[in-house]
Amino acid sequence: MFRIAVASGKGGTGKTFVAVNIFQSLIKSGLDAVLVDCDAEAPNAAAFFTKKLTGTIAVTQLVPVIDESKCVYCAKCHEYCNYNSIFILPPVKIIKVIVDLCHGCGACSVACNYGAISEKPDSLGTVSLFSEKDRVSIIESRMDIGVMSAVPVIKAAIKQIDPGTGIAILDSPPGTSCPFIETVATADFVILVTEPTPFGLSDLRQSVETLRSIDKPSGVIINRAGLGNNAVRDYVDRQEIPLLMEIPFSKKTAEIYSEGKILAGTDPAFAGSLVSMVQNIIKDHGNSSYKR
Amino acid sequence: MKVAITSTGNTPESELDQRFGRCECFVIYDTETNSIEFIPNPNKDALEGAGPASVQIVASRGVEKVISGEFGIKVKSLFDSLKIQMIVIKEPEKKIIEIIDMLNKQ
Repeated sequence: MFRIAVASGKGGTGKTFVAVNIFQSLIKSGLDAVLVDCDAEAPNAAAFFTKKLTGTIAVTQLVPVIDESKCVYCAKCHEYCNYNSIFILPPVKIIKVIVDLCHGCGACSVACNYGAISEKPDSLGTVSLFSEKDRVSIIESRMDIGVMSAVPVIKAAIKQIDPGTGIAILDSPPGTSCPFIETVATADFVILVTEPTPFGLSDLRQSVETLRSIDKPSGVIINRAGLGNNAVRDYVDRQEIPLLMEIPFSKKTAEIYSEGKILAGTDPAFAGSLVSMVQNIIKDHGNSSYKR
Repeated sequence: MKVAITSTGNTPESELDQRFGRCECFVIYDTETNSIEFIPNPNKDALEGAGPASVQIVASRGVEKVISGEFGIKVKSLFDSLKIQMIVIKEPEKKIIEIIDMLNKQ
């Protein structure tokens, strides 16, 4: 299996547009592919397809429950907690778990010598599986509202990829923080989608530097080419980053997208260029060091 | 009665810190003895959970009131359950000594 993450520092550059179009083009040309929506805060890739929901997986973490009848208020659990999620006032015998801060590491239950801490599952989100002809083709991560980190849900979604699948397309969350890292870290290659604006350039630069720090090969797609200025193009040339494609700015493309339709479905030339782009990436990076 | 005030520094001339959990310093003022204690806030650069950890600091000193510019959501429910009154002062230039004078006039 070869995994390609579609990412960008900036939001709204067209990650999902590119990911959905690549996926559709691969499937249509008879290649075996799965699309994983790792943007757990706002997943929307599945909205472009009419596939059947065939399974859901609840993502949980274990949070501590304190039995106050056994607690001696020694505060050892509080000392072990790196996230300030155990609130304790020993003189007045008050102890509380602040679930919102808990990372589910379990250190508090290891710390307790009095058997006062048990654990219960707390919901973090859901992974949904959409299938076609008995085969999972879209995996969607969706975190619960109010949950602090998208990482566990993204991890759970990526775990659902059948290792027998030919190509996995990971639609990454925006930004360059933990959810982005979690997504791109499992990829063999990262496609960075950007736009020719100062914001696009600033965030592209951050993404490129982040990916370099973890030795991840990447290439750039400039979306809405023709808008803005040439600064992104100059940066990509100067940094010797492969420019994979330029998608011209077009009102028509925006209209098709806004109707929930996939451009590659009606534009065989575009579909063809996406398939050959992916084939070239696999040819050049197929022996990637990344192994699950 | 003891009152906690969030402060931007460790003198009575320092201004009120508008943040609770990540304030520079806590002032513990005792209205009966007029004593003032300054506690540097160890949570001001905490990655997470500065609010609850700071509640623990002021609550363990036995304060009945807390004065700051703003209280976060996790902090509010904790103070409510501890029956500690939160007082919001939206005047960033207010000096600690001025707040203490207000408390003494009550």
